[in-house]
Amino acid sequence: MNALMKPKQFPLPSSLKVVPGTERAQAAYPYYTQFAAADDNRFWFYNSMHFPEPMSAFDMVTAEAAYCALGAVNTRVHCLPTTLGIDHRIINGRVYIGGNSVTDPAEIAIRLGEFKQRAFYYYENWERLYDQWRAKMLKLIEDAQALPKPELPELEPLANVHAGRGVASNHILFDTYQKTLEGYFRMWHHHFEFLLLGYGAYMTFFEFCKKAFPEITDQTIARMVAGFDAEIFRPDDELRRLARCAVELGVDKSFQEHASVDEIMRSLKQKGEAGREWLKELESSRNPWFNINVGDGFYHYHRAWNDDLSMPFASLSAYVARVNSGESLHRPIEKLQAERRQLIEDYRELLATDDDRAAYDQMITLAHRVFPYVEGHKFYCEHWYTNLFFNKIREFGGLLAAQGFFPDAEDVFQLTHYELESAIIDLMNAWSTGSKPRGPDHWPPLVAERRAALAVWAKHATPPALGAVPDVIDDPAIVMLWGITRESLDRWLSADGGPNQDEIRGVAACRGVAEGIARIITTVDQMSRLKKGDILVCQITNPTWAPIFDKIAGAVSDIGGSMSHAAIVAREYGLPAVVGTGNGTTRIKDGQRIRVDGGRGIVTILQ
Amino acid sequence: MCSALIGWFADIGLADRLEVGGKGGSLGELTRAGIEVPPGFVLKTAAFERFIETLEGESPVRARVESLKAEDLGGMTVLSGEIRARFAAAPLPADVADAIARALGEFGNGAAQSGVAVRSSATTEDAADASFAGLQDTYLWVKSVEQVQDRVRSCWGSLYSVESMSYRRRRHFKEKNVAMAVVVQTMVDARTAGVMFTRSPLTGDRSVMTIEGSWGLGSAVVGGEVTPDRWVVGKITGEISVREISTKRIRHAAAAAGGVETVPVAEDLQSAACMSDDEIQHLRAIGRKVERHYGRAQDIEWAVERGSERILLLQSRPETVWSAKESAPLGRAAADPASQVLSIFGGRR
Repeated sequence: MNALMKPKQFPLPSSLKVVPGTERAQAAYPYYTQFAAADDNRFWFYNSMHFPEPMSAFDMVTAEAAYCALGAVNTRVHCLPTTLGIDHRIINGRVYIGGNSVTDPAEIAIRLGEFKQRAFYYYENWERLYDQWRAKMLKLIEDAQALPKPELPELEPLANVHAGRGVASNHILFDTYQKTLEGYFRMWHHHFEFLLLGYGAYMTFFEFCKKAFPEITDQTIARMVAGFDAEIFRPDDELRRLARCAVELGVDKSFQEHASVDEIMRSLKQKGEAGREWLKELESSRNPWFNINVGDGFYHYHRAWNDDLSMPFASLSAYVARVNSGESLHRPIEKLQAERRQLIEDYRELLATDDDRAAYDQMITLAHRVFPYVEGHKFYCEHWYTNLFFNKIREFGGLLAAQGFFPDAEDVFQLTHYELESAIIDLMNAWSTGSKPRGPDHWPPLVAERRAALAVWAKHATPPALGAVPDVIDDPAIVMLWGITRESLDRWLSADGGPNQDEIRGVAACRGVAEGIARIITTVDQMSRLKKGDILVCQITNPTWAPIFDKIAGAVSDIGGSMSHAAIVAREYGLPAVVGTGNGTTRIKDGQRIRVDGGRGIVTILQ
Repeated sequence: MCSALIGWFADIGLADRLEVGGKGGSLGELTRAGIEVPPGFVLKTAAFERFIETLEGESPVRARVESLKAEDLGGMTVLSGEIRARFAAAPLPADVADAIARALGEFGNGAAQSGVAVRSSATTEDAADASFAGLQDTYLWVKSVEQVQDRVRSCWGSLYSVESMSYRRRRHFKEKNVAMAVVVQTMVDARTAGVMFTRSPLTGDRSVMTIEGSWGLGSAVVGGEVTPDRWVVGKITGEISVREISTKRIRHAAAAAGGVETVPVAEDLQSAACMSDDEIQHLRAIGRKVERHYGRAQDIEWAVERGSERILLLQSRPETVWSAKESAPLGRAAADPASQVLSIFGGRR
């Protein structure tokens, strides 16, 4: 061992034990995601930003598909000079990741030459390539929507026989599954096609501003760059539109606070023509804009509005009330754009030299050029496509559950994607031979065991990082995507046993200080617990949650940066907010009195 | 009414510094720029010249200063005592005494009875001004015409303090060019007062203002007798990024007999912010206006008047520390704008 080892370091991967009794559930994850002895020589951190909860066996496909694509683009497509891809490992359902950086100056120089030919081409042809990207994504979505519902008829339909299809339904099952999986992996390649370049252009401007204006806040820079018409804002815009429609059509009384979806639908049907008219408007909004899920798309149980209207309807009643109190709910886009222009101009004027102003102009232009992608891609990738994907897997779950593979369709997410394929082949075999599938004897105990393990792991604290602390974190991907720096690691190291057990640090999202009762809200049906003046504590928020910001005094989230939706919405409502605390929902107890200092990014537990 | 001896703030500016001194010129400049300052006038250098002319007629003053060697501190101390005693004893020329009395009368509302500030306003250059910031005399809550006239002579006399004279001797100033104007201004009964820098004193950031304030008169903040509340506010956004409210146990207040006394702050106010967020925003707007007027960062003294709650500026000087630093450009235009991203991706971090 290194005799000069720092007095404090994170535990080695080999010292991190699988929680006793969950060994078999742990073994379900693919061999290449299990920690090995050589991993002790590297630095790893827990990706709590994307995977704040233990991941079920199937949901791990998101980590796998995403890192496969991210690494390919960084390492071999755009050739980022100083970094390759990101490895991932899984223990106790938690995803640890470690970057591969390039440190040899000769190799950096070679990669730099490649990077200029590749990445610069993207920057120079951004709009054309992005239009092309949108077309590719829409085609991919269309293909996914066209996949048949997985089913096995008792006998092959006569039409198929007479048509001479020559391929039986059990093969179609296999084909559909493989296409579903293939599409998901492909979607992640599209996702990363522009992402790092987009963040890089944004970070370039960000860091320049930090040098020119050392005390500028992150939010101010974000306001100079953020757009107002990206697709990700559309779902909320549609809700505002539907609220205005409801008032105009005179069906607003149907949207009482706390009314269930069924009650609202029943009430609308009693409203005759006006009710039907509104439902037509609802349908036009739903496709595609309700393909937005209530989380960030990384868990199968982050359901879409289209699958569970209770979330958008809860927001709708709040919006209807606001329209009735005289608000137009139109986002003043032109005014916001004018304010943004003024902000950019005012800061430009403060720069010391003409050279600075010339560089600033180039950087802000580039940041504006890339930002529609940075803001817009999430709707297509993490929301729309991901919903289609998980719902298709859910359909397989329904088929397998009906055949007795496990009690509930949702249990399908306790199988890895390899295991699911084997279960499907098992069923294909059984259908073809006329025997019983083996799955019903095999899967139920495993599914029960894995569900139990997830519950155990969720209560088991996991270290924020593993292995020796590197001297510097110089990997632009890790700095940009996770905001991890040497300083944040030092903070983590001092977190346990430090004097400030009552203090939780995160990203300053919206200035202001608020004190109130903490309400830990993890699902939409808990929202009614929020009382005026409470502080929302959640894992993540998205545009869906906007209307509840009317009620609360402040917000704290586990996940998110100064550009996250929680931050953007908080600023719109002028609410003190701290995002990206990592573990606010576990460290804060429901009902505790807390103080949110949104300007400094600090949450204090007062009692 | 302006005259050869008196200049009201509204009628003077920085261009008049040889007649009204740096402080007087600056207060005039602010008034003209539409910034509220406590109303007042300057007793111009002509009054000083009239006074010293009479003294020179009796026995030389300036020639004796010029004959001193810069390092002759002993001689300087003796001469300083002698000249200042002569200044204190000599009566003001009748027209000067009369001009002061009449100007004080124009304040109305018995301002002269409730108290005025009498402040030195030297004609020397910026740098010298800065160095003498604490040396030249300022008298607060001066309460009668006679006292004002008395303090005017004290201000003039401060030009012949050992420090002032030795500074001039080291730089070989011509004594005949050295003169002193005096600012006479109504006092502000400050609820809160403090200082404001229109760029960060810590990092030089031009996009933020730092405001420090405490209860009572600003002398407690300037003199470092209290740890003030502190705010950092975005110059453009108004965003308050730092808000440090300290425990303020004492404040400076006007003493009944004139002058300033230290009094305890009521318990419930000690840990309360001495400025509301609205007032901070108002102060920010004033700071921006002054900075734009001068075209450079400013170091400002301000006060909130008790009762009227108006914010008044007492002084604005150019910021000198960061402005003196040569700032190398942080970037420049690139032939290919895309190459700007190499600062992130290029491995040069």
